[in-house]
Amino acid sequence: MSEQTHAAEETLTSTAYLKHHLQNMVFGKLPAGYERHDGSVLEQDAWTMAHSPEEAVDMGFWSLNVDSMGWSIGLALIFVMVFRKVAKSMTLGVPGGLQNVVEILVEFADTSVRETFHGRSHPAVAPLALTIFCWILLMNTMDLVPVDLLPLLAQKLSGDPHLYFKVVPTTDPNITFGFSISVFLLIIYYSIRIKGLGGFIGELALHPFGKWMLPANLILEGITLLARPVSLALRLFGNLYAGELLFLLVAMLGYFQLPGHFVWAVFHLLVIPLQAYIFMMLTIIYLGMAHESSH
Amino acid sequence: MNFNATLIGQMIAFGVFWWFCSKLVWPLIIKGLEDRKTRIADGLAAAEKGQHELQLANKRSSEILHEGKEQSKTYITQAQKRADEIVEEAKENARREGERILTAARAEIDQERQMAREALRREVATLALAGAEQILMREVNRDVHRDVLNRISAGL
Repeated sequence: MSEQTHAAEETLTSTAYLKHHLQNMVFGKLPAGYERHDGSVLEQDAWTMAHSPEEAVDMGFWSLNVDSMGWSIGLALIFVMVFRKVAKSMTLGVPGGLQNVVEILVEFADTSVRETFHGRSHPAVAPLALTIFCWILLMNTMDLVPVDLLPLLAQKLSGDPHLYFKVVPTTDPNITFGFSISVFLLIIYYSIRIKGLGGFIGELALHPFGKWMLPANLILEGITLLARPVSLALRLFGNLYAGELLFLLVAMLGYFQLPGHFVWAVFHLLVIPLQAYIFMMLTIIYLGMAHESSH
Repeated sequence: MNFNATLIGQMIAFGVFWWFCSKLVWPLIIKGLEDRKTRIADGLAAAEKGQHELQLANKRSSEILHEGKEQSKTYITQAQKRADEIVEEAKENARREGERILTAARAEIDQERQMAREALRREVATLALAGAEQILMREVNRDVHRDVLNRISAGL
């Protein structure tokens, strides 16, 4: 934080610190007559950055978490650029370091898909699995960057000491639900494509109790179906949010935070790839189930 | 947990990067991996073939070596036989040559002896004639008694 707000920083409570760190940088529209965080009143509708959590909420649905979106797309660009570069310069001889890593990841995704799809690879699901794994892994890894480093840097660069800046996109439910709802749509798409609309609806309505218990079947199967994207998104979000929160709590310990950060980072080192792996595996399994007509 | 358009943005981004990955990244890498797999398999097969050929060649070379040894053995025996023959032949030749030289020498000696005897006979005749001349005191006409003298010298 800059010098002017040093006094304010002294009185900064733990709650305020946490709240500040857990608030996304939101860009959206505030209506005319809206009273801003600093007390000023808007004369007309304005597209602007939210200066408080309340403003962010009041911007409604058509607002954007600039930081989540930016980091998400930035990390995805790193992923596709690295992979594209390797893909274009594939050598058949002894692969170099980067090519090795890329090949391991590709084969890992391919093997995982083959295991679920009875030995066959899938031209769409396999790259999907690779994209999910690498992308989520990169996003989760942002959690290992010291919690105040990038926000402080952004505050210095923008000159706004109150800038909200979250660097771990997977601690934003919008991002995790973005993934899981896409996967959910794919589940429905492949279910209908493979089994036909009738087959898909029949699967929902006629199991597990037979046609005389149709409403109960619909409720049970509907919940099962809907629980998939929700559990996918919440699992990832919950793990990473909790991890981030713990880093923030440790960051308030003064000098004792250093060993604390280390210990938690070591634990978190397990969580980061594990969550990416779980998300990828469950996506493959759900899509594999969508490809199987047996119930 | 407030949802906003980031959700839709993320879904669009996900779709775009998935498309990019499945069209421009995945097939290339998988193709590369497959190509390498076939290349390694080919290499292994070639190595195995080479090994097999090496074995065959080893067998062939030992066969040839064996054959060569056998052949050289027969050559050596043949040569030995031939050498023995040549030695025998040479011995025979030498013996024959010696005999020939010996016979020639004997013939020559005979001839010499004959000639010596002839000369001796003539000298004896002359000597006898001279003796008879001495005895008969020039009474004897050499031309008249030539027949007699010749008969005497032939009787020697």
